[in-house]
Formats: sequence, C-alpha cells, structure tokens
Amino acid sequence: MYVAVKGGEAAILATHDLLAEARRGDPAVPEVEVAQIREQLGLAVARVMNEGSLYDRDLAALALKQAQGDAIEAAFLIRAFRTTLPRFGSSLPVETSRMAIRRRISAAYKDLPGGQVLGPTYDYTHRLFDFALMEGESRPEAPQAASPLSDTMPRVPDILGAEGLMEPETPPEGDPAPFDLTRQPISFPADRDVRLQSMARGDEGFLLGLGYSVQRGFGGNHPFAGEIRMGEVSVEFVPEELGFPIDLGEITLTECQMVNQFSGSKDVPPQFTRGYGLAFGHSERKAMSMALVDRALKAREFGEAADYPAQQDEFVLYHSDNVEAAGFVEHLKLPHYVDFQGELELIRRIRAEREARLAPETTPIQEAAE
Amino acid sequence: MQSNEPLARRQGHFAILARAALAEVEAILADAPAIPPFSVLKQPETGTIMVEGRAGGGGRRFNLGEATMTRCAIRLEDGTIGFSYALGRNTEKARKAAVLDALLQNEPPGGPMHEAMRRLADRQQRARDEASRKAAATKVEFFTMVRGEG
Repeated sequence: MYVAVKGGEAAILATHDLLAEARRGDPAVPEVEVAQIREQLGLAVARVMNEGSLYDRDLAALALKQAQGDAIEAAFLIRAFRTTLPRFGSSLPVETSRMAIRRRISAAYKDLPGGQVLGPTYDYTHRLFDFALMEGESRPEAPQAASPLSDTMPRVPDILGAEGLMEPETPPEGDPAPFDLTRQPISFPADRDVRLQSMARGDEGFLLGLGYSVQRGFGGNHPFAGEIRMGEVSVEFVPEELGFPIDLGEITLTECQMVNQFSGSKDVPPQFTRGYGLAFGHSERKAMSMALVDRALKAREFGEAADYPAQQDEFVLYHSDNVEAAGFVEHLKLPHYVDFQGELELIRRIRAEREARLAPETTPIQEAAE
Repeated sequence: MQSNEPLARRQGHFAILARAALAEVEAILADAPAIPPFSVLKQPETGTIMVEGRAGGGGRRFNLGEATMTRCAIRLEDGTIGFSYALGRNTEKARKAAVLDALLQNEPPGGPMHEAMRRLADRQQRARDEASRKAAATKVEFFTMVRGEG
C-alpha cells in the first residue's frame, strides 16, 4: 500500500523565499554578477561544466550563483537544463595536437620540442594570502614575449611513440562512433570510450581520491606526467544541410598524458603504457586524476590483477557521478515516515517476543526467592 | 558544385563569425549596402553538440561532454541561403550572422563586407598572438650551473 501524505505547501513556499534571502546575503554588499563569476571564478566554472557535462561558461556561472557556490548543486542545475535542449549532433573529434597552447609542461622530458610553458599556474605560488585582493581594483598585466609560441608542440606520447616505446593509441577498425552513456545503459566490462566519458563527467574529488589510491599502492602504477597541456581547441561540426565541416568556435581544454611502466608480451616488446585525461576548461587536477584512473582501469587489457577499487570499472563508473551519488545520499532526507513506522513496529514486536521468551526463565527464580 | 576556393573562404567566414561578438557582426552589417529582404528558414535555435575526443589524443573516439550551440538559416529573395552555426546561446547573433553569410556569398571577394571580415579576422589573430606571447613569456629557459673548475 502506498499512502500519500499532503501538506507543507506553505512551508515549502516560505523556504524558497528564505533560500533566496540566504543566497543574497547582506543586501548592503553589492550582488555578485554572473559575468564576474564567469571571469573571476573560472576554475569553479570549469568544474561545474565538467561535472554538469555541458560547456557553457555563462550557464555554469549562473549555476554557481544560484547554488551559492555549491559545485554539485550547480552541476545538477546544468544537467537538468541540458535535458531541455535538442542535440544537433556530434563534433568531429577535437584535435588537441593543434591546441592554441597557454600551458604545456612535461615532467618526463626537460628539453621537449616547443619547450616547457608554465602558463597561469598556482604551482609556483607560495600559498601565502594576498591581502591586496581584499582591496579590489587590481588590473594586473602579464608580460609578453617578443614572439608567440612555436606552432610545433608535439604531444609527448607521440614523441615516444615515434620510437616505438609507447603503447600505440590508434582508432579501432572503422573508427566507430563512441558509446554515449546519456542515451544507452552501461554494461560491464565497460569499454574505454564508456570509461572515459564517465570519468570526464565524474566527480573531481572522487577521481582524485582514486588516483591518489593508485599512487599509494592500491593499484600499483608508477606514472610520470608525460605531458599536461591547456589551451583553446576548435570544435568542428559537419551540418547535414551543408556537408562540409564548420568551425563552431573554441573551447578551453586540459589534457593529461600519463606515462606508466611497462607492458609487453611474446609478440610485443616492452612499452610504456598510457593513461589519458581530458577535461573542459583549466582543470588540471581533474585531468591528472582521470589519467591515473584510466590507466588503472586498463588492468584487464594488460592481464593485471584487478584487486583494488581504482582498477574495477563497475566500482569506478557506478560511483563517480556526483549528481547520481548526491541524489541517492540526499534522498535520505525525504520523508520515510511510513517505512520508519514499519521499522518501529518491527522492533517493538521483536523486543516483545524477546521479553516473552525470557519471561518463563526468570519467573521461577522470582518465585523461589519469595 | 562549388570550387574549393569559395568553399574555403566561406568556411573561414564561419570560423570568424563563430568567434565574433554580436556587436562586431552588427557593425559589419551596418556598413553593408542596403540589406535586401530575407525570410527566416530556420528560426535561431539553441541546442547542444556532443564534443568528441580521442583516447590518448589520437585513438578511440569518446564523448567528452556537450556544449551549447545555436544555429539559424535565412533565405534572401534571390534564393541565396545563409547559415549560422556557433557555440553558445546567442540567438540574435545567429540571425545576423546567417544574413551576413548570405550577403558574403553574393559579394565578390575584395568587396566592403569581405574587407570588414578580413579586419575582424586580423583582430582575432592579434588576440591569439597576444595570448600566445603571454604564454611564451612563461617558457622555461634552462641553464646549467657549472661548479668547480673545469
């Protein structure tokens, strides 16, 4: 039997108003604008775009404003909005080798073609507060080199690949269209395209923890950050009505290529193995974590034992989506009055039965004492 | 069938317009000779495109995530069809860029709208160069410290 209980409408309406007031904070302080969030909280915006699985910096900034900066709530808003939009098609695969580089480093090669480009990074900051930011009104200006970066910025695994030292990464026969987990149910074992899509929209914190576990020995990888690059990439699309590719504009991407220790066989000489991470915006920690877990999830392909969580696709894929996870964890807040009433009755009955069972043993003793 | 040169030029125009601000598209239309009447074939519509990547950068295709995009199609009275496709949700820009695509198809290269497009492309290229030169300023120049006497 299902019993619907009505009521609470007035309370819910009042909570909407109270939420709006709480979100606004002190009205004496100027309201934050969506454009300010987009421009000045770009890393938070990138995270929301990744976990919301929709590249739109304005919408991600709006989501952050509406969610009071709660990244998962913001991702939820993005996901909900996405379902209202028609999908026009799929892009051509993005060409990260032609990225307009703003940052590109390798921890494996010092002197790589194109050089080490630090870009805008917190890596070399001292993590001391800059109290000048409390004053506002800053107009910093970055220095410019005499000439732009080299057009030739080969990806590090491609350099190793040219020597045959790297596990080759080529499209399968026929270059098939990828699986889309937003339209088809996942089954296990999951292929690489499913795993990569799932991780690309997965929770950064969850993947960070799993990646860390791999490094600490729960998965046994010994990776080098072969390359991390960040910059702008064109998105190309072939509209049916035109039949030729159109450049739709640019998106910012972060790519991480992890180089891991060897695999080989009777037929294949020992080679470095790869882990790959790709994320919207400047999302270095996300791309690195994804690359670590991507390599760990290849355990089956390399005939390694999958003893640890990061190596188990079902564990990783079913638990990395923070919108789903938050939904299930937070549904515990919803009324379970009838369920709980059932549990209460059950425990009372059990206790009554227990007392009844113990009663005959105690009664004779009491009688004896009298 | 178009020969390759006009096609490449038109593709270039799509790329420039996709990166242009609404005001920049409007400025080119404002400089254009009178805009002939047109009908809207497909109202500006916002949807998404699934952005694909490749494992390792060059391997198996996978779905990275979606991006918003807006498209529009218009027809001039002479039958020329103009399209607009760009990332984002700017429907007003989509309508005007589609008109501009049609007008550019009818204007000979070297005409005023083509010239305005070229100037816009130059501005976009300068912005890219500036970003690249700022990145280049953060390029590491390694040097070796020589210790002791050779």
